[in-house]
Amino acid sequence: MSSSFAIKAENIGKRYRLGERRAAYSTLREGLASLVRTPLRHRRRQDTFWALRDVNFTVEPGERLGIIGHNGAGKSTLLKLLSRITRPTEGTIALRGATASLLEVGTGFHPELTGRENIFLNGAILGMSRQETARKFDEIVSFAEVEQFLETPVKRYSSGMYVRLAFSVAAHLQPDILLVDEVLAVGDARFQRKCLGKMEDVSRSQGRTIVFVSHNLQAVGRLCNRAMILERGQVQAHGSTAEVVDEYRARMGGAGERSDGPALERISNDDICLLEATARPNPVAVLDELCLDARFRLEGSGQQELSAFFALTDANRDYVASVYSRDEDTSFRPDQDGILSVRCVFPFHSMLPGTYQLECGLFDRDGQCQYWLDTGRRLTVDRVLFNGRSFDGRGGYATHRGRWSGGSRTGK
Amino acid sequence: MKQGRPGGESKVTIISPGAPGWNERWRELWQYRELLWVLTLRDIKVRYKQTLLGAAWAIIQPLAAMVVFSVFFGRLAGIPSDGYPYPVFVYSALLPWTLFANGVSTASSSMLGAVNMIQKVYFPRLHIPLASIGALCIDYLVASIVLFVLMAIYGIPVTWNLIAIPVLTLGVILTTLGVGILLAALNVTYRDFRYVVPFMVQIWLFLTPVVYGKSLVPEQWQWVLFLNPMAGIVDGFRAAYLGQPFDLPMIGLSLLTATVLFVVGIAVFEATESRFADVI
Repeated sequence: MSSSFAIKAENIGKRYRLGERRAAYSTLREGLASLVRTPLRHRRRQDTFWALRDVNFTVEPGERLGIIGHNGAGKSTLLKLLSRITRPTEGTIALRGATASLLEVGTGFHPELTGRENIFLNGAILGMSRQETARKFDEIVSFAEVEQFLETPVKRYSSGMYVRLAFSVAAHLQPDILLVDEVLAVGDARFQRKCLGKMEDVSRSQGRTIVFVSHNLQAVGRLCNRAMILERGQVQAHGSTAEVVDEYRARMGGAGERSDGPALERISNDDICLLEATARPNPVAVLDELCLDARFRLEGSGQQELSAFFALTDANRDYVASVYSRDEDTSFRPDQDGILSVRCVFPFHSMLPGTYQLECGLFDRDGQCQYWLDTGRRLTVDRVLFNGRSFDGRGGYATHRGRWSGGSRTGK
Repeated sequence: MKQGRPGGESKVTIISPGAPGWNERWRELWQYRELLWVLTLRDIKVRYKQTLLGAAWAIIQPLAAMVVFSVFFGRLAGIPSDGYPYPVFVYSALLPWTLFANGVSTASSSMLGAVNMIQKVYFPRLHIPLASIGALCIDYLVASIVLFVLMAIYGIPVTWNLIAIPVLTLGVILTTLGVGILLAALNVTYRDFRYVVPFMVQIWLFLTPVVYGKSLVPEQWQWVLFLNPMAGIVDGFRAAYLGQPFDLPMIGLSLLTATVLFVVGIAVFEATESRFADVI
């Protein structure tokens, strides 16, 4: 269109060799051996895949673009290309002005260094000059609410303080273009809102361009004025946030791994039906807070007290986990309209990454199951930890959080 | 449109499959010079935090090596030391050698220690191995003081030869970085080099006149010895501290190979840089 673009991507594509990202390294022997054994087939076609292909888009200055898409849709790859961490295989990207990327909170933080030292270190890594950091130092510290701990090594910080400090440094970056990955998925909700507000502020008042990658549609809706859907490495939609988010929701409702299946009554009851069941957030990070809600309509069976349960099943409909309110002697009465709403909040859930199906139901006071429904709702646990770090792929059936003690603490 | 920002900053960056030219790279290395400094400072601070003896470690390592070498090579094996007391003779060589040996192993593993940064933020990667030897240079300076103490103890006079030390120090740093950067780049793709480095450094020690003097090597073969850049540099150091005449052609040859190594190291590093984030 005009020459006033902030970011212009033309036909960009990124091809990975299969295994290059996962099997992180090779040994010299393997490299030599494969070269000797199969000199011609060294780069067979099936050894590669395109994480992104034929991606074209333009971002105007001052625009706040949200990029949404499923895991593996190419969002992170696109962000890595824009932030020059890796090079495209084809196509070109033009960026106008200074660019800073925030793909992770606290990149380069050193646990042995104090809060003060880490602010300068992190600032330099993110591309701030020492003077710039010094100028904004007080602002960074008060935003992070860590005034008293400036001279304490960050390894002694609580995880909340650590994240607040790290985000605060990044939030005070003032590049022309800011590239942000889902780092907002860390910290407590109040601080997340504060961060979003800060970024919005910077963009609105100073006309800076923001590219924000997330699958938190609410955050995208709040921060961004434009949005783009990526799917299998290609741009599927690009337009105003409201339109694109609606389209994304519609797509999610259609076929696909994350869509819900049909509900199936396991124990039906003519007097009870489920109005709604939700798991939030969905997808959820490993060990993150999880909230399950169900709303039932009860007829005829009067005002009797009922206890509720939720269960999660795997792809084979085998039980993985469950929670029963009767274990804690808790039962519920419906309201006058016969509506019974129950909610169960887990400070953290213990599920490993995967897709689960949500079941729920009601027991009467005699311990008889009155109603039991496979809701067909799917809950996805992402391969990322609650604090934004990547999940290490540990095995087993469940994972937990607990209170640790003993020794002298060396964690952050 | 953009507001509140002075004009003239709207430089356009083009990202394309091809690697950027050398001009662009030098410009960027310069642009990020502050990061190099900050990373260096970080390593120095971290190195001395939570260590009981702090800077003493900088002295203990070459000093312990000196004692061991003096006993085994000087006393038991009776290696000639050109008429100087063996402890001073070997320490003057251990000084640059320790910087080189530690520098090579630190620099070559520096990229692996920065995996997270490499995958999460862009900056010229060359700064990682460059910054990694900063703390060792401080150690080197501290350890140099000990040599003067030793010279005083053994009554070795200070001569004008010492003015060659800055140039020779530059030579050690050039060699260390050349080898270190080359290995750092190779280490990213082939983790084999992790095992190669300690072994290589050990053998290299004996190919360098540290525990013995160059006079031990027949004159007509000395040029082979000095193809090893560390040979000329170590020999130069010894001459500078002990006040022997400099073997200028040999030192020159070594400095030349040091420069070539440095250029090759950087060239290999830069040629593979664009793939680092994908393969590390």
